[in-house]
Amino acid sequence: MLIRGRAHRFGDDIDTDAIIPARYLNTSDPAELARHCMEDADPQFTSKIHPGDIIVAGKNFGCGSSREHAPIAIKAAGLSAVIAHSFARIFYRNAINIGLPILESPEAAARIQDGDEVLVEVEEGVIRNLTRGETYDIIPFPPFMQELMTAGGLMSYVARKVGKNV
Amino acid sequence: MGRTAVEKIFSAHCGKEISAGEIAIVSLDFVAGGDTKTPQAIKLFGEAGLSFNLEPGRAALIIDHFVPCPHEKAANGHVAMRRFAREHGLKFYEAGEGVEHQLLAEGGHVLPGSLIAVGDSHAPTCGALNALGLAVSSSELAAIFATGRLWYKVPQATRVEVKGKLPPGVYAKDVILYLCGRLHGGYYEAIEFSGEALLDLSIDDRFTLCNMVADLGAQTAIMPWDARLDAWLKERGLGAGRPVDGDADAVYSQVRQEDVSSLEPLLAFPHAIHNVHPVREARGVKVNQAYIGGCSNGRLEDLRLAAGFLKGRRVAAGVRLFISPASREIYRRAAAEGIISVLLEAGAVILPPSCGPCVGLTQQGIPGDGEVVLSTANRNFRGRLGNKNALIYLASPATVAASALTGEITDPREII
Repeated sequence: MLIRGRAHRFGDDIDTDAIIPARYLNTSDPAELARHCMEDADPQFTSKIHPGDIIVAGKNFGCGSSREHAPIAIKAAGLSAVIAHSFARIFYRNAINIGLPILESPEAAARIQDGDEVLVEVEEGVIRNLTRGETYDIIPFPPFMQELMTAGGLMSYVARKVGKNV
Repeated sequence: MGRTAVEKIFSAHCGKEISAGEIAIVSLDFVAGGDTKTPQAIKLFGEAGLSFNLEPGRAALIIDHFVPCPHEKAANGHVAMRRFAREHGLKFYEAGEGVEHQLLAEGGHVLPGSLIAVGDSHAPTCGALNALGLAVSSSELAAIFATGRLWYKVPQATRVEVKGKLPPGVYAKDVILYLCGRLHGGYYEAIEFSGEALLDLSIDDRFTLCNMVADLGAQTAIMPWDARLDAWLKERGLGAGRPVDGDADAVYSQVRQEDVSSLEPLLAFPHAIHNVHPVREARGVKVNQAYIGGCSNGRLEDLRLAAGFLKGRRVAAGVRLFISPASREIYRRAAAEGIISVLLEAGAVILPPSCGPCVGLTQQGIPGDGEVVLSTANRNFRGRLGNKNALIYLASPATVAASALTGEITDPREII
């Protein structure tokens, strides 16, 4: 699994209200959620991004209210991954469960600058900063999570594996 | 090697000994869905063509955010929830019964040693009953309806030993605000509370402490089992469960001793829960809206405490005070004790048992631009109440009640 895109930097404690403000939670339409992705952190965000781009953030990304709308908004906006110093636990689960790759690396989060071109080799556990010629190691996903994300998320995984017509 | 209470509960629910950091598929004792996550769960469940595979008594659906329902979208979600509960024989709590975290406890769905999945981030509230509550999403709810199971990475635990006696005017809410200010950063961890100070805390207080562990940033929380908890369960005719405690030689990521004997009343300032300061630093800030209630502080003792301040007095002009009991049972008991009359006569507006003006999506109590809200809720992010130009301070029911009387943020010790 390879992920490649340009980095958009955010700070620490980006909460789910910043990722997708509560006022848009009366929809679960991914396209509609995508239009408001990161709106309260950067009102111009959706006009700056290109398909495949990557969010790079500090500590505790995705803290606050547990809403699956948050990773859905990021994925539907065309972003390919989030790299952060650390993730809030519920966001971490939600992202994996909807098949949005998220990568924890304090080093990458500190070094990657806005606009850097980044390549992630998920199975190898490496983030390459193509702009700066640096590499940062990450712990590869456990096989279970890779399988789940390859399936496209928890629902298709469960439907395929255990839950269907048992 | 010893084991944490968290490791013991996870091990007991996956049929083998597992340790912090390991990922396992665990079997859940109970799953509950509220009205923000469940309509989407039902939709995903249908789209994936899953079948329902939970025995009766292992699941409940609860309408608690949109009460009474403010718009068509949520109303149609409620219709779907009622139908799903009827079709599959789930326990169903209708609008007005209360907030799910309280109903789970009162309904005997959470017992010592149990592992519970809740479709809401304040699931750690279960920890007050020596159980573990895990917050789950819509798709996880759907998967649990089909399998009764959940994949989970067993969290490391931080042991927090709470020592000392709370001074007058300082409450459980101040303790958890203090911890939010100090411990902010335990993101992937569970908090195991211990220490002599907990023995002094009522179960209502313990709910407040565990509830806001979610906001502190940790995954879940657990309190020890003790005679007080046993009495609480017996008084309600609930089961005894299987009490658990962390071993003395368990491996904790850190052990912290927190002395509460010199605490003073605290506030979380806008716009972050860890932005914690003494109440005196906000002294004189004019309050427009005050709120006591919800899953953090809508319990009988909270209402009783507020009534103690408000009895025979009037809320200041220019302040609107909203109060919502966390459940119908609490409302009923508060009415029987005369607390509700005291609150009404003081000028408070009593809202139905529900999430109320704790989150803007309920569309209740949205503040205006530049307005100050003083609340016992658990979150004060910018925009939390539906207007990002409002300022939200969080405090104990005592601080909120005292401030509602004066019209400005007030240390409750000045009012007693």
